[in-house]
Amino acid sequence: MGMTIGEKIIARAAGVDVVKPNDIHTVTLDRMMSNDGTTHLTVDMYNNKLKHPRIADNKKVVFIMDHNVPAENPKTAEAHKKMRNFAREHDIALYEGQGICHQIMMEDYVCPGELIFGADSHTTTYGALGAFGTGVGCTDFLYAMTTGTSWVMVPETLRFNLHGKLPEGVYARDLILTIIGDIGANGANYKIMEFAGDGAHNLTIDERIVLCNLTVEAGAKAGIVEPDEKVVEYCESHGRQAVHMFKSDEDASFAKVYEYDLSKIKPVVVRPDFVDNFDTLEAVRKEKIKIDEAFVGSCNNGRIEDLRIAAEVVKGRQVHPNVRFLIAPASQAVYIQALEEGIITTLMKAGAMVMNTNCSVCWGSCQGVIGKNEVLISTGTRNFKGRAGDPSSKVYMANAATCAASAVKGYICGPEDL
Amino acid sequence: MNQFTGKVWVLGDDIDTDIIIPTDYLALPTVEDMKQYGFSPLRPDLASRIQEGDIIVAGKNFGCGSSREQAPEIIKALKVGCVIAKSYARIFFRNSINNGLLLIENSEIQDVVKEGDMLTVNPGEYLELNGKKYSISTLPDNLMDIINAGGLVKAMQKRNGVI
Repeated sequence: MGMTIGEKIIARAAGVDVVKPNDIHTVTLDRMMSNDGTTHLTVDMYNNKLKHPRIADNKKVVFIMDHNVPAENPKTAEAHKKMRNFAREHDIALYEGQGICHQIMMEDYVCPGELIFGADSHTTTYGALGAFGTGVGCTDFLYAMTTGTSWVMVPETLRFNLHGKLPEGVYARDLILTIIGDIGANGANYKIMEFAGDGAHNLTIDERIVLCNLTVEAGAKAGIVEPDEKVVEYCESHGRQAVHMFKSDEDASFAKVYEYDLSKIKPVVVRPDFVDNFDTLEAVRKEKIKIDEAFVGSCNNGRIEDLRIAAEVVKGRQVHPNVRFLIAPASQAVYIQALEEGIITTLMKAGAMVMNTNCSVCWGSCQGVIGKNEVLISTGTRNFKGRAGDPSSKVYMANAATCAASAVKGYICGPEDL
Repeated sequence: MNQFTGKVWVLGDDIDTDIIIPTDYLALPTVEDMKQYGFSPLRPDLASRIQEGDIIVAGKNFGCGSSREQAPEIIKALKVGCVIAKSYARIFFRNSINNGLLLIENSEIQDVVKEGDMLTVNPGEYLELNGKKYSISTLPDNLMDIINAGGLVKAMQKRNGVI
């Protein structure tokens, strides 16, 4: 029996020839990433709970501050200090303010075929380059950092064959939100979502990031796009070699196979408070739902392609006086490129607030928090009850064009309504 | 793990980590400080009413969302005896085991139990409610070892001493 991409990656990390679903293996991790959401807890456990504290290989560990950057109160400042000092003491790569953890990992570290643990649920992002990234808590992270290993149960793989191209004005975000709407918020629980077919290869790396990043919202352990020439080019242009370009074998076994015609995908608006509360923009726009805030950013949708879309929509227009339109580029590299392309100027002239690169509104803590009964339309990763602020507030999820158009009109609508 | 009986609190499907502990409270210094806000977006008074040994019964996909380990830590800090749900999100599942919180999967009990009922749990064997027994599966031995030791770090220290 052949293996899927995810199975091949686990087999490589376990040092065995073959693995099959539900096997439990001890694996050697290629890399471990932790951000300021929980690193201070990991450091506390390392210092106070371990009898033999050590780090197996500090070159494999990356610390990235992105959730509350720069610190917004003395408590997070202390948590940051703890993280910073630990990184210095143990010679661990430390990023502070250069970007959202997953974007930094894509730009500077991830290679196809790697098995990576991240102390953040959206670590599934790394499948955009054919890697197996999965989110863990701080105890699992501590064990991985200390021993260089962990245990994994081999998940089953769901295969998504994508065909054709997305229509004009429809984006990868609409595709993945459609898929989540179809299979549900636990439709891929404990499984790998593997994407292949000509439609997958038509997607840019940025679009594949959008796809893989949100697979965890369907419960997936990993989301992986079959790697191709675009992955090789991306790695080489970022100074890395693509070595382990795994593809599923012809006779690999999938728990289920889905077929998606990309030309049929439409702009999506996900209603509050569940990520699978799918609806189409076409239906939602009729209700003219008033918004208080619009956000373009996050590890899902804060890259240059998304900022270009938002700028194109608001160019020569003004943000509605009742709306705060917030933008947070996913990394400094994205921010600089947007500056050079004039995108930031366009957004600011339209009245947008452009913020430093961080998790921002999507994290619901340090920026753009919304108050009682307020409504946000967001390119963020989640719309859980109270995710962006007060429990009575509402979060709608949509693509960058819809968020930008809604910011101009003051209610949920698409660019064609302007 | 021995049999125990506890009072039931009933929750629905897709109870996410931001409901279990909202982002805003994660900056508090300890889980003890945070625990009073557990489940607050959904049921502001729940954390103050939960008593030691009580049982949370929920629907599918319990613990979906973020990897924040404070979620199972809070349930543990509230001294909940165990959580019984139709299914769990995987990161939450791992985090719970790693913190020594017992999770039980059962597809029937949420549909029949009422809040306030007394439920008996016989880990690895059955649940008993109003004289009727509902079978439950056993977790693999290595995971039960972790739960019984009080979490991953303690279990590994006991097992091989490498950490």
